[in-house]
Amino acid sequence: MSHRILIVDDEPNIVVSLEFLLTQSGYDLRVAHDGESALRLASDFHPHLVLLDVMLPGIDGFEVCRRLRQLPQIPKVVLLTARDREAERLKGLDLGADLYVTKPFSTRDLLGQVANLLAGGAG
Amino acid sequence: MISPWVIVSAAIGYLGLLFAVAFWGDRRSLAGRSLVANPWVYSLSLGVYCSAWTFYGSVGRAASGGIAFLPVYLGPTLAFSLAWILLRKIVRISKHERITSIADFLASRYGKSSRLGALVAGAAVIGVVPYIALQLKAISSTFLLLVRGSGRDLGTDLAFDRTSFVVAAVLAVFAILFGTRKLDVTERHEGMVTAIAFESVVKLVAFLAVGLWVTYGLHSGPQDLFRKAAARPDLAGLLTFQGPWDSWLWILGLSFLAVILLPRQFQIAVVENTNERHLRKASWQFPLYLLIINLFVLPIALAGRLQFPNPAIDADTYVLSLPLAFGQNSLALIVFLGGLSASTGMVIVESVALSTMISNELVFPLLLRSALGGPDPNLGARLLFVRRLSILLILGAGQFYLYSTHAEGSLVSLGLISFAAVAQFAPSLIAGLYWRGATHRGAFAGLIGGLAVWAYTLPVPAYVASGTSALASMLSDGPFGIGWLRPHELFGVSGLDPISHSLFWSLLLNCGLLLAVSSYRQQSAIEHAQARRFVDVFRRRSETTEVPLWSAATPVAAIRSLLERFLGAERTARALNRFSASRGFDLEKVVFADGNLIAYAERLLAGTTGAASARVALASVAQERELSVGELMLLVDETSKVIATSRALEEKSRALERTSLELRRANERLLELDRLKDDFLATMAHELRTPLTSIRAFAEILHDHPELELTKQRQFLEIVLHENERLTRLINQVLDLAKIESGEGLAGREEIALEEMVAEAVGSFAGVVELRKIELEVRCPAECPRVEVVRDRIVQVLVNLLSNALKYCRPAGWIAVDVAERAGVVEIAVADDGPGVPESERRSVFERFRQVGVLGAGDRHGIGLGLSICHEVVVGHGGRIWVESSERGGARFVFTLPALPATEHRVRPEAATAAESQA
Repeated sequence: MSHRILIVDDEPNIVVSLEFLLTQSGYDLRVAHDGESALRLASDFHPHLVLLDVMLPGIDGFEVCRRLRQLPQIPKVVLLTARDREAERLKGLDLGADLYVTKPFSTRDLLGQVANLLAGGAG
Repeated sequence: MISPWVIVSAAIGYLGLLFAVAFWGDRRSLAGRSLVANPWVYSLSLGVYCSAWTFYGSVGRAASGGIAFLPVYLGPTLAFSLAWILLRKIVRISKHERITSIADFLASRYGKSSRLGALVAGAAVIGVVPYIALQLKAISSTFLLLVRGSGRDLGTDLAFDRTSFVVAAVLAVFAILFGTRKLDVTERHEGMVTAIAFESVVKLVAFLAVGLWVTYGLHSGPQDLFRKAAARPDLAGLLTFQGPWDSWLWILGLSFLAVILLPRQFQIAVVENTNERHLRKASWQFPLYLLIINLFVLPIALAGRLQFPNPAIDADTYVLSLPLAFGQNSLALIVFLGGLSASTGMVIVESVALSTMISNELVFPLLLRSALGGPDPNLGARLLFVRRLSILLILGAGQFYLYSTHAEGSLVSLGLISFAAVAQFAPSLIAGLYWRGATHRGAFAGLIGGLAVWAYTLPVPAYVASGTSALASMLSDGPFGIGWLRPHELFGVSGLDPISHSLFWSLLLNCGLLLAVSSYRQQSAIEHAQARRFVDVFRRRSETTEVPLWSAATPVAAIRSLLERFLGAERTARALNRFSASRGFDLEKVVFADGNLIAYAERLLAGTTGAASARVALASVAQERELSVGELMLLVDETSKVIATSRALEEKSRALERTSLELRRANERLLELDRLKDDFLATMAHELRTPLTSIRAFAEILHDHPELELTKQRQFLEIVLHENERLTRLINQVLDLAKIESGEGLAGREEIALEEMVAEAVGSFAGVVELRKIELEVRCPAECPRVEVVRDRIVQVLVNLLSNALKYCRPAGWIAVDVAERAGVVEIAVADDGPGVPESERRSVFERFRQVGVLGAGDRHGIGLGLSICHEVVVGHGGRIWVESSERGGARFVFTLPALPATEHRVRPEAATAAESQA
């Protein structure tokens, strides 16, 4: 059974690249472009992991992250963000994110960290 | 004709009733249910102002002068309705200082000076004795009138002298019983006040009774009476307002002062006042009383003139003569009792007030030193004895005055002479209340001067005129033939009636001396302290803040025994217990009295002996701390310094509050700016890193997946290029913005027609516009305005706005560029038919990285800084930029630029030809 991953980002080109890479690695994917649809999708799709952009239109990534923790099956959460301040990183981790990745990131590293998380490691 | 025995028994019965009322008043007071606590009693007792003068004399005056009798009542009305604030201050001070009389008040104010107290007391006695004589005359003559049944002139009658002597004796006994009945001498007499209030009711009822009878019994109502009077040529004049107005004003002012300064008025209004709030009530109740008692004065006067054409009937007796003439004996008896009540009320209060002054200000200061050294354990009794003797002397003097002059002249003119005497107290009193600098010497000099002029211009001429003395010529020729010293025309001032003339000169000299002498000489320490206590009475918080004038090294036992000699053991014990209870210590255990206790004892004594005597008495046991003026000034200075410092502190703290508020605001602004900066940086990072992320991701994908099919590869490479462009554009914008902000980007202005720049900007979008089938209108006036701008920057603004419009307009939509010129400003607008900008965001769209909420995700490239740049450029050119709704519901971005002066481009040949060719 392949792991289910939900990609949440409003930048189409980033979505395209992640979609390509993760499909290549054999994951089951869904994409959302804003917080609302991300939460809606998450409750149907039961993803094992969510790649979550912080700067989203409407509900922002931090809030989505907080609400994902209330799902019956709590997914692993990787926050993707252009904000690199320590305070923001801590805030993300505090809200239950498993990993905080600053843009621009290496896709190779990201794939490795995703695999690691899904295998039960700490990224 | 009424039997003398009926009259005498009625009079004695009435006086007995009065005594019962007084007794009842005292009983109620002792039982703690004081009648005097009622403001109506206070207001009625003020009616003691209405003596026989009012009761008989007003009618006499009205019979010859019409309503000229009125100012004497308008003055008090004004005093109580308007000047009650002044009265309130006097009452407050008198309560604090336990003032016993007007003489005590002035003496206390001016350094507890026994000299000044004696002067005022002496002046009051001399000034008021004729007034008392007037009451004796009224009672005696009305008595004889009743007995004989006709109104012949009684002035030189032997029976009159006998009668008046008996009347004076009876009244003296009565006043003694009333005013000095109790052994414990205090400044207040509640029983007497109750009786006086009762008398006010009696005289009011009696006067109204005769008034009603005359108006409605004798005639058929006031209209009838006035019609009859108007028909008589000699009476018609009484019904109109007549001058001389200046004497109206003088008498108004005089009675204004008299109602406060007459010893009996001061006694009732101030000394006997139990509650300051009664003044508020009296401010309308007392004037109301005066109004009612005067209602029938004019009708009675007119009826009298109509009834008695014979001038031998004294108009002062109309009130009685009228009922007698019609055989209304019982009404006449009631009127007699009313007149009796008016006279007795006046005589009782006046003699009590005067005897207090005589004993406290004249006799006691002389006796005190020797008496204190003597063995007499009960000085209070001695004081009482002095007062009783004083009452006898006062009434004796009144009787003597009446006997020797037969009280020539009308009731009113005699009364006014007394008024003018007590009016001399006014300058010192008023200055004492409001001017700290008024000194004892100033007050003394003013009083002496004023009283001397008063004596020279009023009683002396009256005496001279009545006698057959050789001095009579001084009235017409002046003393020793010196014309400008004529008593009724001093310094050649003529045309005033004697009262106005006397008042003018006496008050002028009085005020002048008070001001001059006070300004010339310094105050002593005690004067200074008293001046402050009086003038600042409302500012004083508590007794403890007062300047200690007594040295503390006095045994309590000495104070106690001194008090006991005046007040008796019981009252002394009560007063001292009250004091120690309020201070919270046991007096039995204290050996030495402190300054506060001595000051308390002094005030306690002052309530009995007056301030000046109290000071002398205390000085016999306590050491007076003679503070030097310097020491006192230091104290005063320290107080004012403390006040000044606390004011400065308050001011400082207000300033600090203001500063702190400003700082808080500034801090809030800074925090807001900091937040904006953080937002800017975060958005900036986001805007820069997002394309970088894509570029890196696709570069890695292309690198790691060489097997990708070609179309995929091309697609990914295009994305890389696109993101690269986006990044470049963003970086250019940031750099532009920085340049414009630093001012560097706005150098190199040139004069250019707007048309040209609009054409250039529009031209750059020609391809897209055509491709998307957009309707693009350019609406420019025939003579397109010229501006002086940085050409490239304005083009950049136009391009930015156009590119926004293109982004948001509908498919195959509409865009319009408008140029207009008005009031020296060129206005350029770019409108579209898109969704528009919501009202709430119209200001913030020009902030950096602000994106309008309606934008779809992924469709926002390029807008982040575009409008910010437009804003900076326009403002840099001295214009404004804003957004509004377009005619088709979309957005309409408008900016302005300063127009070049019209003349300048009119004269340009090419502009002129362009205009011509178009015309």
